[in-house]
Amino acid sequence: MTPRFHYVLRLADTNLVLAQRLGEWVGHAPALEEDLGIANIALDLLGQARLLLAHAGRLEGAGRGEDELAYLREESEYFNLTLVEQPNGDFGDTVARQYLFDAWQFGLYEALARSKDSTLAAIAAKGIKEAAYHLRYSGGWLVRLGDGTPESHARVERSLRELWPFTNELFDDDETDHAVAADGTGALPSSLLPAWSARMDETLARATLKRPAPARFGWYGKQGRHSEHLGYLLAEMQSLHRAHPGAAW
Amino acid sequence: MMGAQARVPSTPSPELLARLRGILAQVADPEIPVLSVLDLGIVRHIRLLGDGRLEVGIAPTYSGCPANAVIKEDVLRALAAAGFEAVATEVLAPPWSSDWLSAEGRRKLEAFGIAPPAGRASGAGQGDAPAACPRCRSQRTTRISEFGSTPCKALYRCEACLEPFDYFKCL
Repeated sequence: MTPRFHYVLRLADTNLVLAQRLGEWVGHAPALEEDLGIANIALDLLGQARLLLAHAGRLEGAGRGEDELAYLREESEYFNLTLVEQPNGDFGDTVARQYLFDAWQFGLYEALARSKDSTLAAIAAKGIKEAAYHLRYSGGWLVRLGDGTPESHARVERSLRELWPFTNELFDDDETDHAVAADGTGALPSSLLPAWSARMDETLARATLKRPAPARFGWYGKQGRHSEHLGYLLAEMQSLHRAHPGAAW
Repeated sequence: MMGAQARVPSTPSPELLARLRGILAQVADPEIPVLSVLDLGIVRHIRLLGDGRLEVGIAPTYSGCPANAVIKEDVLRALAAAGFEAVATEVLAPPWSSDWLSAEGRRKLEAFGIAPPAGRASGAGQGDAPAACPRCRSQRTTRISEFGSTPCKALYRCEACLEPFDYFKCL
């Protein structure tokens, strides 16, 4: 597996898994507007995932297309960030997870828009405008819940505290990251931390929420070592394709 | 055609191009049927391939827009009905944004009751808002939701006539 193929798969899988998670809200969100909002964000992420998976398939050069890559890989062959496979929990948990993610993805796409991989640069340039919308949505809700009632404040603060350890992985550099940063095709994760951190502090202050303390982290989804939640998600997502190989709309 | 001399793609003659554009002007966006694919600004090029087929370059609107696949099929079907065999290719760069909407497209949107994008998409992230209610022209509008019935629209309410309306986002 070349570093660039591995890197693009990580981006694709992260989007695909989060889109699948967000899709679980459809028909269950607290209000119709939130149902539409979450579904729209899921759709954007899924669209980006499809472009990224198709690109990964071309980079691999083994004839695998987006469907083979999405539906016929096992859990250990998925390289998404562990954060995005975490269960939806309540609406506050989903909002917290989304804001941690959106702030990261916005910075990532800003950096990738300058990638020497022209396809990756084009996907990022397109995605950045969508990411800006997502960030405003999740940030707006984080402020409303944090600066809302004592109940909403306490609950979203707990959500943030529980999800915070998963953000370590977003900014850790490994061999794959160093390789794609060195040839100018990828963005070094640690380089995205200062802007993310500043944005976090600014939004958390408006939301009257405390920034959680740094915590140890035990998983490494981007290297295929996942929490217990991904297997169930993939089983549901892949069941139709595995039962009816080659099924298409 | 085996053994045929490879010819590079070429630009159709002005007469042929005008005819092709006339066909494409009749292909509607499946989700906002008052707009044609030309109004949307998603047809990036039309080329003649070496084998006589046409190649139409289409830019996706939003990454996950379900209309993308339907638009491609509709374009190929309309060309086939006029006797042209064509293939569609996806053009990612430069990315489509609401800046590509034609002036004619913006007028059609407003007449249809959808407020056209106000401002440039390059300002994305700053937030944008409709210039006026498409029904009564009042500038007093309130955002109900940033996400509406399709990925490209947000939901607003006019504080003067109290009607809800769609706003085509700057995106």
